[in-house]
Amino acid sequence: MSTLENLIRMANQIARNLETHGPEAAAAATADHIRKFWAPRMRAAVQDHIERECGRGLSEIALQAFRQIGLASGAAHDTPNA
Amino acid sequence: MTYQRDKDLGTPRSASDRTVTVTIDGRRINMPEGSSVMRAAAELGQSIPKLCATDMLGSFGSCRLCLVEIEGMRGTPASCTTPVADGMIVRTQTERLKRLRRGVMELYISDHPLDCLTCAANGDCELQDQAGAVGLRDVRYGIDGENHRKQEKDTSNPYFAFDPSKCIVCSRCVRACDEVQGTLALTIEGRGFDSKVSAGLRSDNFFTSECVSCGACVQACPTSTLQEKSVIEIGVPERAVITTCAYCGVGCTFRAEMRGEELVRMVPWKDGKANRGHSCVKGRFAWGYAHHQERVTKPMIRERINDPWTEVSWDEALTFAAGKLKAIRDTHGKDALGGITSSRCTNEETFLVQKLVRAGFGNNNVDTCARVCHSPTGYGLSVTFGTSAGTQDFDSVMHTDVILLIGANPTDAHPVFASRMKARIRQGARIIIIDPRRIDLVRSPHIRAAQHLALRPGTNVAVLTAMAHVIVTEGLADKDFIRERCDADEYQDWADFVSDPKRSPEATEALTQVPASELREAARLYATGGAGAIYYGLGVTEHSQGSSTVIAIANLAMATGNIGRPGVGVNPLRGQNNVQGACDMGSFPHELPGYRHISGTEVRQMFETAWNTKLDPEPGLRINNMLDAALDGSFRGIYIQGEDILQSDPNTAHVAAGLEAMDCVIVHDLFLNETANYAHVFLPGSSFLEKNGTFTNAERRIQMVRRVMTPLNGMEDWEVTQALANALGLGWNYSHPSEVMDEIARLTPTFSGVSYEKLDRAGSLQWPVNDAAPEGSPIMHVDGFVRGKGKFIVTEYVPTDEKTGPKFPLLLTTGRILSQYNVGAQTRRTRNVDWHQEDFLEMHPVDAEDRGLLDKDWVKLSSRMGATALRLKVTDRVAPGVVYTTFHHPDTQTNVVTTEYSDWATNCPEYKVTAVQVSATNGRSAWQDSYEAHAKAARRTIAAEPSE
Ligand code: SF4
Ligand code: SF4
Ligand code: SF4
Ligand code: FES
Repeated sequence: MSTLENLIRMANQIARNLETHGPEAAAAATADHIRKFWAPRMRAAVQDHIERECGRGLSEIALQAFRQIGLASGAAHDTPNA
Repeated sequence: MTYQRDKDLGTPRSASDRTVTVTIDGRRINMPEGSSVMRAAAELGQSIPKLCATDMLGSFGSCRLCLVEIEGMRGTPASCTTPVADGMIVRTQTERLKRLRRGVMELYISDHPLDCLTCAANGDCELQDQAGAVGLRDVRYGIDGENHRKQEKDTSNPYFAFDPSKCIVCSRCVRACDEVQGTLALTIEGRGFDSKVSAGLRSDNFFTSECVSCGACVQACPTSTLQEKSVIEIGVPERAVITTCAYCGVGCTFRAEMRGEELVRMVPWKDGKANRGHSCVKGRFAWGYAHHQERVTKPMIRERINDPWTEVSWDEALTFAAGKLKAIRDTHGKDALGGITSSRCTNEETFLVQKLVRAGFGNNNVDTCARVCHSPTGYGLSVTFGTSAGTQDFDSVMHTDVILLIGANPTDAHPVFASRMKARIRQGARIIIIDPRRIDLVRSPHIRAAQHLALRPGTNVAVLTAMAHVIVTEGLADKDFIRERCDADEYQDWADFVSDPKRSPEATEALTQVPASELREAARLYATGGAGAIYYGLGVTEHSQGSSTVIAIANLAMATGNIGRPGVGVNPLRGQNNVQGACDMGSFPHELPGYRHISGTEVRQMFETAWNTKLDPEPGLRINNMLDAALDGSFRGIYIQGEDILQSDPNTAHVAAGLEAMDCVIVHDLFLNETANYAHVFLPGSSFLEKNGTFTNAERRIQMVRRVMTPLNGMEDWEVTQALANALGLGWNYSHPSEVMDEIARLTPTFSGVSYEKLDRAGSLQWPVNDAAPEGSPIMHVDGFVRGKGKFIVTEYVPTDEKTGPKFPLLLTTGRILSQYNVGAQTRRTRNVDWHQEDFLEMHPVDAEDRGLLDKDWVKLSSRMGATALRLKVTDRVAPGVVYTTFHHPDTQTNVVTTEYSDWATNCPEYKVTAVQVSATNGRSAWQDSYEAHAKAARRTIAAEPSE
């Protein structure tokens, strides 16, 4: 499995596990998860794939999630410290 | 110097909170009700002669040496079995007592060899001490009468010998095996003069018996009958240093008993709060690896991984390593570097490795082996409760009524805690076990599980959600607790979700293979049987839904109000000694020490100020992503401390390819491990006996590791990391690990009250240790959850992508056994191999017969990832359709077979579910052969030129 295939699988798996919350909430939760736990180069690889191949292989929720991450310009999510 | 044994007060402490006052030889003392007269005297510093009593065991009253006189009482009662009473007046030394005791002693000695001068226990023998204490000068019966002095020794156990000629039949060993260890391996056979200690059947010796070599009987024996072979060989120790076991997450503390710089034996420390004076075969005996001939003590370098190693000076090795790392940074950018911390190393060492990566390499590409074991625990407990840690101390189990044990095998992996669990079960607590395999706790002497739910591997979430279904729909939830402590809306969402009939035990039975009626009984028992505590292990976390399972566990505990008091809680049983600590110390790429996300501006700035540098606000790469990035060319240099990722991580071929693609792999370890076959720099490590620091065990207990001997390589591990940092120009100047702990305390609120001075004083501290809890926190979430309201989160069952089919019809799951530890780097280099010389594949008789396979046959184990070969063990411990193996031997290469699938939230690998096929073979797989050839070539070494 190539790195990209692996990333797509990971994103889909996150989305699938958060799906119960309904598509919109799931996409937001997936985006949040990926922002918090993925290194920028991993996010960039998928964004690039979305641009070049319309995100082939990504589930609808995962794709939505990456759109949201894209809108937030890929910068670190500023989490309030607990 | 005279050897000082750990103090023995004769009988255990009474837990009563009522006190009584007694007078002993004219001195008064207040004692908890239920204490023995012997203990009261001992606390006054008055030791009454004794042989059959010891404070690790209940009193027995057989030797009659501890007689006393008590006003108003007839005769001379035994002080070990007589409880104190208010106003009692006791005399311990009168002419009558002296005469009686001498008489008793005379009888013992008349049947005992008088070879004290050449006996291994000379100077450490209670019989010898007591003969002196009662003033025995003469044996009237002579010593030539009928006796036991010709009996044969049993030296079958690799670590201790049994010499029955010295036995005084006090039963301390038998009682230690029953009460402390709970194995019940020993009996007293025969009666009167013929009575003798026996391990199992007449034909058995210690090695072939049920004995698990925990050493409790050896510790309890007052004579040299049961004696460590190391004491026989080296002699009685002369000093003792308290330190912490470096094997599993129980975190037993030991007296490292020394002669000069030589370790004579490790004796469990009675005041240790994690182990309460008990141990297992690993910590007690398996420390010989520290001086194994294969230990590498000189730094080594090589340009290419096919070159032989060249031994060099520390300076040369560090300059070489720093040069390579800088070259990578200059050519490929800072993000091409990373590091891996180890759960086997101390908190201080781990803190420094992550600091080196964040402040030195300038990125957050740091990860830890906890990634592959308990990362889902961190995630699951933090989102539900607000802290990435277990909620209880180990003592809590003694207040538990119902134990729910999921995906853990404590008698093998956490043996000392398992002994506590068994003691509690013998007192009447009940245990429910959820595990695909029939582990020992399902049925063993005096233990019967109330329920064993032998689920199909990979269906944990479905089973736990079905249990929740029963609890909610049968009205068993603790409404008051939920109202007060949890978010009401979230609870309602969750309750609606689990109540759906499609999540009932009946609806999921075909999937999980757990009979619905059994599952219902188990759920009812956990919800209504009194204080319910959940203990779990890697059978929960190492799944594609590991994090969801941890969340499902937290949901169950909240729904039944089993949080925040003794006897309840959610308790991850951590694999390695310092998994908790490694996670606490900021080993994950997304968070700083104390579990604070790297993107948090305020916290990041605090670290930036302390470290005087800018930190990257973005999360770094996890181990598996580092390897992916290496194959893509964007990750090229790594510093790996105390980890063997080639052997321990899934999909070996992928790990090997990733490592091979890097320009600089620095391995810092005791041995040339498998990962080192792909390394360019080898930095020799120091063993836990050679360094100072702290470990944090599974109950958040921070304990001291103390240096008892000089490091063979000349440096403690934290010094090596500091030297590497300084070779990169970072200018660190710690002079002792206590200064690293001070820095941790300054930067981490949960550690703010921790210091070496306080740890020395308290013995150990459970974090959080801060102004609100200056002496630490044995139990968490007492008045409220750390995150505020407890959060219920729905856990939808999502089947793993790993599917059985015609080609790979069986499910492989993995685990470990008592005598070995993880990849076996340490235990394989000790006599523990006597118990486990190779890994076996367990298979149900029906599956074996289908394939025409017999016990001990060589079989090929293949998955879509690869194939390996090992020998078969036919057993009904596993269900049909499931096979099981351990992974302690590098030859077995189990991870050649495991897949790249992992937990959705944390990427913890799915070790516990791999679709496989098993077939007959006549030897090793092609991978095993080619790997062995590579490993042999990669380990060639050219010694350093001798210096002039
Ligand atoms: S070593 Fe442990 S298990 Fe073995 S006989 Fe002694 S107490 Fe029992
Ligand atoms: S072996 Fe030791 S502990 Fe056991 S009965 Fe004999 S003297 Fe007592
Ligand atoms: S139970 Fe764990 S910590 Fe205790 S001695 Fe055994 S391996 Fe060491
Ligand atoms: S010590 Fe009391 S009877 Fe043996």
